Amino acid sequence: MDTLIADLKKQIVEQLNLQDIKPEDIGDEQPLFVEGLGLDSIDALELIVLLQQHYKIKLANAEDGPKVFYSVKTMADYIRAHQPKND
Amino acid sequence: MYKPVALSETNYILSSCKIVEGTILKNESLYFEARGLPVADFLIEAYNRWGAQYPKFYKMDQLSKLGWLAADILLKDTLNPRDYKPEDLGLVLSNANSSLDTDLKYFQTTKDFASPSLFVYTLPNIVAGEICIRHHFKGENAFFVSAEFDVDFIQQYVNNLINNNILQFCICGWVDLLGEDYKAVFFLVGKEKQPESIPFTINEINKIYQS
Repeated sequence: MDTLIADLKKQIVEQLNLQDIKPEDIGDEQPLFVEGLGLDSIDALELIVLLQQHYKIKLANAEDGPKVFYSVKTMADYIRAHQPKND
Repeated sequence: MYKPVALSETNYILSSCKIVEGTILKNESLYFEARGLPVADFLIEAYNRWGAQYPKFYKMDQLSKLGWLAADILLKDTLNPRDYKPEDLGLVLSNANSSLDTDLKYFQTTKDFASPSLFVYTLPNIVAGEICIRHHFKGENAFFVSAEFDVDFIQQYVNNLINNNILQFCICGWVDLLGEDYKAVFFLVGKEKQPESIPFTINEINKIYQS
């Protein structure tokens, strides 16, 4: 499995205190909000913190939130496109 | 037209729930015991034993978990949701340490990344909100902070709400948590005497609270 996606699933479960969900239960393209994992607006803020804390990425435009946080895969795509280069 | 009625009119404690020192008592009988656990583990153990399916429980702060459990156990087999309207049931709660337990944890996170999910629990009355959401209550609710459980005041306040028909039922009591110290004592109070009910008097409240 894609390491970034696997890491994100673990971090989401930990950061959002989803104690009744295992990381492997989250589908790569499963919607995170409402009909998917059922996350709420406070969880959305925690996901923004997660991006900053673990990946040093600040969401440039809040209106991008629904697209970026649609699923674990869309989060991973956003991280890959915006992660600071080390070289 | 609003007509104040005598505050001395007797109401009844329909049930009680007490959570303290690793024990949970419903109507003064031991329901659950897990002494010696850190409070966080005790609350999760009690929740698992209780068997409710409510994933949001895990996201609550410790004070809300404590109050949520006390209310759930208090209401079990006591009130039928068909017997009251959402507006008929309210809460009057109190404690000594407000939301200080979570305030301190939140303050720690502000040194790095301030936690939104902790921030939303930095008010003591959030526990009342969690209970209202769980049970769909829409009646009046209030949360008072005082050094000790002010039985006289709470009894008078609740009697006033019930005797003036602002509420038909009221959950009242104490829910306090700071670090590893915690205590919740909840009473469900109503107008009508039931077979197992006891008078909502200062003596009876004190007897359960202090036992």
